Amino acid sequence: MKKAVNFKVNGEDVSVAVEPGKTLLWLLREELNLTGTKEGCGAGECGACTVILNGKPVNSCLVLAVEAEGAEVFTIESEAKEGKLSDLQQAFIEYNALQCGFCTPGMIMSARALLNRNPQPSEEEIKEAIEGNLCRCTGYVPVVEAIRAAATKEARK
Amino acid sequence: MSQSLIGLGIPRIDGTEKVTGEAVYVHDLKIQGMLYAKLKTCPYAHAKIKNIDVSKAQALPGVKAVLTGQDVPFKLGLYMIDRPMLATGKVRYFGEPVAAVAALDEDIAQEAVNLIEVEYELLPAVLDVEEALKEGATLVHEDLGTYSWIKNVYFPKPGTNVANHFKVRKGDVEAGFARADVIVENRFFQPQVLHVPLETHVAIAKWSTGDKIKVWTSAQSPFAVRNLLSAAVGVPGSQIEVIVPYVGGGFGGKAGIHLEGLVACLSRAAKGRPVKLTATREEEIATLPCRQGLVAKVKTGAARDGRIVAEQIEFLWDAGAYADYGVNIGRAAGYSGVGPYEIDNVKIDSYTIYTNHIFGTAYRGFGHAEFFWAIERQRELLAKELGMDPLEFRMKNVLKPGSVTITGEQVSEHTGRVDKCLAVVAEKIGWPLVKSEEEKAREAKTGRYRGKGLAVLHKAPAMPTNTASSAIVKMNEDGSVHVLVGGVDFGQGTYTTLAQIAAENLHLPLEKVHIVFETNTDTGPYDWQTVASRFSVMGGMTVKRACEDLLAQMRRLAAAVLRAAEDELKFGEEVIYVHQYPEKRLSYSQLALGYTYENGNAVGGPLIGRGIYIAQNLSFLDAETGQGRPALDWTYGAHGVEIEVDTGTGDIEVLKIVSAFDVGKVLNEKLITGQVIGGVVQALGTAFSEVMIYNGEGQLLTKSLVDYKIPTVKDLPVEMEVHFVETPQLDGPYGARGVAEHPMISVTSVIANALANATGLEMLEVPLSPEKVYLAMQRSRVFKNYGESVDKVLNLGEHGVTRA
Repeated sequence: MKKAVNFKVNGEDVSVAVEPGKTLLWLLREELNLTGTKEGCGAGECGACTVILNGKPVNSCLVLAVEAEGAEVFTIESEAKEGKLSDLQQAFIEYNALQCGFCTPGMIMSARALLNRNPQPSEEEIKEAIEGNLCRCTGYVPVVEAIRAAATKEARK
Repeated sequence: MSQSLIGLGIPRIDGTEKVTGEAVYVHDLKIQGMLYAKLKTCPYAHAKIKNIDVSKAQALPGVKAVLTGQDVPFKLGLYMIDRPMLATGKVRYFGEPVAAVAALDEDIAQEAVNLIEVEYELLPAVLDVEEALKEGATLVHEDLGTYSWIKNVYFPKPGTNVANHFKVRKGDVEAGFARADVIVENRFFQPQVLHVPLETHVAIAKWSTGDKIKVWTSAQSPFAVRNLLSAAVGVPGSQIEVIVPYVGGGFGGKAGIHLEGLVACLSRAAKGRPVKLTATREEEIATLPCRQGLVAKVKTGAARDGRIVAEQIEFLWDAGAYADYGVNIGRAAGYSGVGPYEIDNVKIDSYTIYTNHIFGTAYRGFGHAEFFWAIERQRELLAKELGMDPLEFRMKNVLKPGSVTITGEQVSEHTGRVDKCLAVVAEKIGWPLVKSEEEKAREAKTGRYRGKGLAVLHKAPAMPTNTASSAIVKMNEDGSVHVLVGGVDFGQGTYTTLAQIAAENLHLPLEKVHIVFETNTDTGPYDWQTVASRFSVMGGMTVKRACEDLLAQMRRLAAAVLRAAEDELKFGEEVIYVHQYPEKRLSYSQLALGYTYENGNAVGGPLIGRGIYIAQNLSFLDAETGQGRPALDWTYGAHGVEIEVDTGTGDIEVLKIVSAFDVGKVLNEKLITGQVIGGVVQALGTAFSEVMIYNGEGQLLTKSLVDYKIPTVKDLPVEMEVHFVETPQLDGPYGARGVAEHPMISVTSVIANALANATGLEMLEVPLSPEKVYLAMQRSRVFKNYGESVDKVLNLGEHGVTRA
């Protein structure tokens, strides 16, 4: 039987009924049409579905939708503000930190969660933050550079 | 006016859509009325299907179609038509689909799949290429002789497990060995590995009334999907529309045809409702194809002065259950087989062999990453036997202008320079490694040994002799253009490069060039396939030619309007003007849809440029000797590496890797560097951790990304360096050659060469995982005295650190 879930997604209140076995990832993509968040494995192994749940980056494929009750969720769709890319997004483009783009939303959300809690991360801290995000295209080097550059830029503001 | 966009590190034009999550992939698509499909796959490597009972699945409410092999009597294949859409009669690999269901949602479809009962009778499984070749071996395809294949290009042997036998014969290999002072013979092994695109394979299809089929698919090559689907189901290609939006990585695994045909048949069975099938990660790993395994037996003879005089090679490719690209990989590896070396006497036999493993397909490098494991290790072992410095040995033997390749091609000044690539990496890595006494003492104390390695590589596109591409450039009313191509940008960044080429040629700012990202076989121009590192070269030429065509049209029209001779006209910033009287000018927007005079009369019309390209001078290869011209362009390269190995654990740390490629001309510095870094890291996965492991019955054990490890950000080399040599390819765009696959080639071998340099340990198998390296050290004769004094042994004579 479906269960009601009330939570906040990207600043908006959402109230939906969902089967208790469905994941937060499924709810975001299939019910709320927030398809920016990707599914790469459905088993918490690749990080493509990373969203920020109550300030922490999580694999949304491992979170049940009903667990989001009362929570605040941010997805990739919240990163650009008023049609303007964030410094982080701009840095990803500038440093060529993406190729096919499928891991990119999850990668950016992991980086966003890091910068929110630690605006001046070390290289090791950056690597730790995105260790769970697999990318098969870029070789990660430009991703680390992009996050470092975005941190520097955001810190100056 | 001359712009200089070529070579600039322009950021990718698809960046904004991808960083916002707005880019739509097939994973994200929903079509009105769409059903969801699930597969029933087989848990055995080789088994007879005795019975399939789908009655319970069919009875489940919400199920709209259930298919088994007998419902879809269609076979798929690129060169060998050998793969049934669903297993029929028997299954040939673990993970092979035996039934498929379409239902209202994924949960119902999965429940229906669970209700399908299949009765199997196990058959002996063929799990080793050498076993598969033996007389009386179990056959994977008993009816091989009845299949269709491309005759005179592929040579299967009915009654055996050989899907193709490709031969190269140059000179007299026996006479060559007779003259050799040193002969080295080795057997190398490379296991099957996985592509691991982050987006799994996915397709949506709708089979409408009148046999009109529409397919949305995550594919590299829309026209190949159209052609192969047409051949499989017998519907004319012109009635099949294939649409490819953004694609989440391919690496060769999304070339050819995969789920599309089955999904189309499900749609037909479900009365034309669209059906979507998204591979789970486990299906991506076990049901969809992987990269072939390879056993390579290499015998090489050299004269005392270091000149290679003869080489005999046997490549045994583990194709798995179906040939797919495997037969062509065997062929491509055959005609490139000795690497970028000049050898007068060569005999190569490249066998693509059926087994009951998961079937192989194209994977970034198309066989070259695999066989260069053998060849660049063999070069190292031969240099060692000769007592020569590996750099000097390679320099003596590599192809140079004037050399003749093993298929009889003359290397010229414009072919590219592998020697220059090798010289660059040797210099940048600091070859040779010289250790101070202090350092040697420190290494002995810590058990951590440094080593350096070198390796070279080459590859040409493997493609039909008549491979073609085309492009359309449409000018819009504001003077901007839309460019249509039939190849796909699945992350490699080619569209950005094509935009640069168009902007450069049309004297337009980059913002006014739009490449159409969604590729559609109904509305877009033809392109053979997006594979083989060929799209920047051939796509680049078609866009260049389409722009020239557009400019010629503008010149003709402007000449009439401005009352000037065509050759008096010049192009400026979005204007065309008379050279002598620059005030006599027309803006692009005045011409784009036709020119209108003040009195209302109009001339010209909407401007559409057309560019075509077909490969030149390629020829079929002789069936007995392999002689002919297979290669449009050769891209050469080299890697140099410095590692530190912990002899206590077998763990190898890459301190620095330097890569150099002769790309002819760098078209986009930022994107090409990204390609190289990404490819090298992908190859490091193959070098250190990636291996598909089966149990004794041929059931795959590495079915998740936990059991199958690809590199994470924590696995990077301490330092990576990328260099480019630019020897122009005269028939490439601005002199450019392709380099998409090359970064992955020879990375495994360069690491193992450095390991040998550090410790004397000679590895013949990958991956070089800590456990394999550690255990090999225990077994190695170098370590015979292990326990007494490993450090003492390590520093002894011929197997110790490099002769400086």
